[in-house]
Amino acid sequence: MEAGRTNDLPYIKRTKDGRINIKSGNKIDLVVKWTLIILSILTVMAFFFFNYIGLQWDRAIPETAHNLRVMFLEPALNHFSWGEAFYQVGITVGLGVLATVIGAVIALFLALMAAENLSRPWISKSIRAVVAVIRAVPTVLWVLIFAIAAGLGSEAAVLGMLFHSTAYLVKAFSEAFEEVDAGILEALRATGANWWHVVTHGVLPSTFTYILSWVFLRFEINFGVAVAMGAAAGAGGIGFELFMASGFYFDLREVGFITYAILIIAVVLEIISTQLKNRYFPASTNN
Amino acid sequence: MNEKKMRKSRMQTVVFLLIIIIVTYLSAAITEFNFLDGLATIPKALGWMAGNLLITAETLERLPAIMEKLLETIFMSIAATTIAAILSIFLGLMGSKTTKVNNIFSIFARLIASISRNIPVVAWSLILLISFGQNSVTGFLALFVGTLGFLTRAFIESIDEASQDAVEALQATGATYFQIVNKAVIPQSLPQMLSWILFMIETNIRSATLVGILTGTGIGYTFDLYYKSLNYNAVALVTITIVIAVLIIDSISNRIRRVIL
Amino acid sequence: MTLLQVKGLGKSYNSETQVLKNVDFEVNAGEFVSIIGPSGAGKSTLLRCINRMVEINEGKVIFDNADVGSLKKKELRKLRTNIGMVFQHYNLVPRLTVIENVLHGRFGYKTTMQGIMGRFTEEEKEHAFMLLKKLGIEDHAYKRCDQLSGGQQQRVGICRALIQEPKLVLCDEPIASLDPNSSKVIMDHLKSITTDMGITCLVNLHQVEVAQDYSDRIIGLRKGEIVFDGPSKLLHEDQINHIYGTELRELITV
Ligand SMILES: Nc1ncnc2c1ncn2[C@@H]1O[C@H](COP(=O)(O)OP(=O)(O)OP(=O)(O)O)[C@@H](O)[C@H]1O
Ligand SMILES: [Mg+2]
Repeated sequence: MEAGRTNDLPYIKRTKDGRINIKSGNKIDLVVKWTLIILSILTVMAFFFFNYIGLQWDRAIPETAHNLRVMFLEPALNHFSWGEAFYQVGITVGLGVLATVIGAVIALFLALMAAENLSRPWISKSIRAVVAVIRAVPTVLWVLIFAIAAGLGSEAAVLGMLFHSTAYLVKAFSEAFEEVDAGILEALRATGANWWHVVTHGVLPSTFTYILSWVFLRFEINFGVAVAMGAAAGAGGIGFELFMASGFYFDLREVGFITYAILIIAVVLEIISTQLKNRYFPASTNN
Repeated sequence: MNEKKMRKSRMQTVVFLLIIIIVTYLSAAITEFNFLDGLATIPKALGWMAGNLLITAETLERLPAIMEKLLETIFMSIAATTIAAILSIFLGLMGSKTTKVNNIFSIFARLIASISRNIPVVAWSLILLISFGQNSVTGFLALFVGTLGFLTRAFIESIDEASQDAVEALQATGATYFQIVNKAVIPQSLPQMLSWILFMIETNIRSATLVGILTGTGIGYTFDLYYKSLNYNAVALVTITIVIAVLIIDSISNRIRRVIL
Repeated sequence: MTLLQVKGLGKSYNSETQVLKNVDFEVNAGEFVSIIGPSGAGKSTLLRCINRMVEINEGKVIFDNADVGSLKKKELRKLRTNIGMVFQHYNLVPRLTVIENVLHGRFGYKTTMQGIMGRFTEEEKEHAFMLLKKLGIEDHAYKRCDQLSGGQQQRVGICRALIQEPKLVLCDEPIASLDPNSSKVIMDHLKSITTDMGITCLVNLHQVEVAQDYSDRIIGLRKGEIVFDGPSKLLHEDQINHIYGTELRELITV
């Protein structure tokens, strides 16, 4: 295995020590490798940045195990009735529905303006920029900010959730619109159809099922968001009950019951949306 | 498409829209949501935001403290994501159709993923807060659990998609399970997995704000403190630092994604 | 010398349909045999029974004096190192380089640890380059496989099978996804595996003419049963019609 053979074949690459290379050493492998290395370093560093105030591992772990056991094995309702529970779940689902439906309607129009094949570049670019900024603000901050201006209530919650919903759907919709076959649009334009005709007869029919799946996917997310807003921003519903049960009454059984209720609905929504997704769009873009 | 079929599909669409309208109406009723009030709120809220969410020189003095908390939150998100990702790779391999060892493990992996994903991160935060107390570890663990579920599902999909054919070919050469996983499945699906990891880091920074509000840690706690003490200028500053952090991380991820995918 | 014996082989995936029924044939070392038959006849299933990629239900497959159906896991691994396989869709790892994909054929000879560390000896690497050169794709050695054309990818697949130093190569419709030119290149290479290297080939094919041109012997499969087995010269229109049922006649008249 002597290095630097002279009679070597030209298509064989060798490392410095004379071994035959089998990696191409391309940019992709390099970027993947360095991203992983950097993430690992940051992860290790993270544990030095954490604050560990009041943390007692030896106490916390068995206690959490015990709490989880109580929650999941002995769920019970103590501070409100079954009827009340259904009502609260209904409120959370309702908040999710409103944020999704209103968000979808607004997003539909914005997405038409954001799709590069249907709009002017500068309009499309500016909508995208605004959407990116809106997406970067955590939903809970929107809700809290609206709560100051509008007062606590479903209006603040829905409006706050609306921002993120809309931004998410604009991105999804506009990407779907951009994938519409350019031939279809061209054929319609060639017949003298105006913009609205192209949209209603070309774009919407061929993307309808995608849109539907995305909307449902977002509803699945929004249910979770609505729970969170109940707990963190006082938006009511089952999330608020969860907050009260754990932070106010310290009633683990009730926390367990509420968690089960949320889990069941979330799983049902997930099953429906997976089926919609499998039927209508196999691509797994989720962003 | 014949006319009958077309009429049927149009009927379906109409029925569908009707259902949506009814569901929306019911939702509005149960949540006591008033569309007109809601509409009227928007200009009011925007006006309030324009008037109150201003960053003054005085609030800028708080920037170092805010940055420290933001950094803690970012680290929390990254650590939770990468550590969850390591575990998710194993669960994903167990759960995927092409690389599963047996059906029991596969169902087990999918069940873990489903439970940890579908119990919302707020519930995990509140449960963990009780025993772990008000510190970074609580937030880290809450994010970790949710991320684990999400990434496992995503990884199962990536693995399924990436490598069915090659796995068959390598089995036919007499390769062992670990050789196949290590030399075919992982190299093929790693870029897609990495893309999901980056997506999750960005998502987790936003979730970390929420978790922080609930568990009194990181930037969420800082926000909550200023919010409750009605220091809206500081609220604005916190919000903007979060936005900038998310946008920067988003653009780094997009750049990496563009190369690797 | 008989390399492969298939005796009364039966296979069903579920209780309703019997995919293979009482299949009997022998293959001698150094033969080039084609299997033809309509879609769904069970050609792929037959090939996969030979290296036990699917479990055998009835009958026996005897390869090189070993009873394939009764082998333990380790022995099965060893058996598979002796049988190369080439696929319709090439089944490469698209993101890896050509040379890496070829070397994957050596895993059967390695312990798990060696395989995971990715240790290949210099001899193995040189062998891989030699095979690439033989199939005329040495210039692409460091390209990712997904940057290659279908015909080139299939040649990588053949190299991967050959580096196993197999006694038998199973090809499941190796040219079904290729254009006529690439198909010819691939078939020529497969043929030369048998003539130059003395490796036995068992090839599933859709195109009757290709089978007639290249093989010494043709096996006709219909609904899981062998309905023709003989030298390619003896395969006439009558037999072809019998193998394909009405389908081919329809194809011709249309
Ligand atoms: N994994 C499987 N599970 C259940 N049924 C299968 C499976 N693989 C094949 N089959 C069934 O077995 C029958 C034979 O399939 P096989 O793939 O062997 O046919 P083939 O001759 O290779 O067809 P083609 O020319 O289309 O590739 C078909 O009816 C098919 O539906
Ligand atoms: Mg087949």
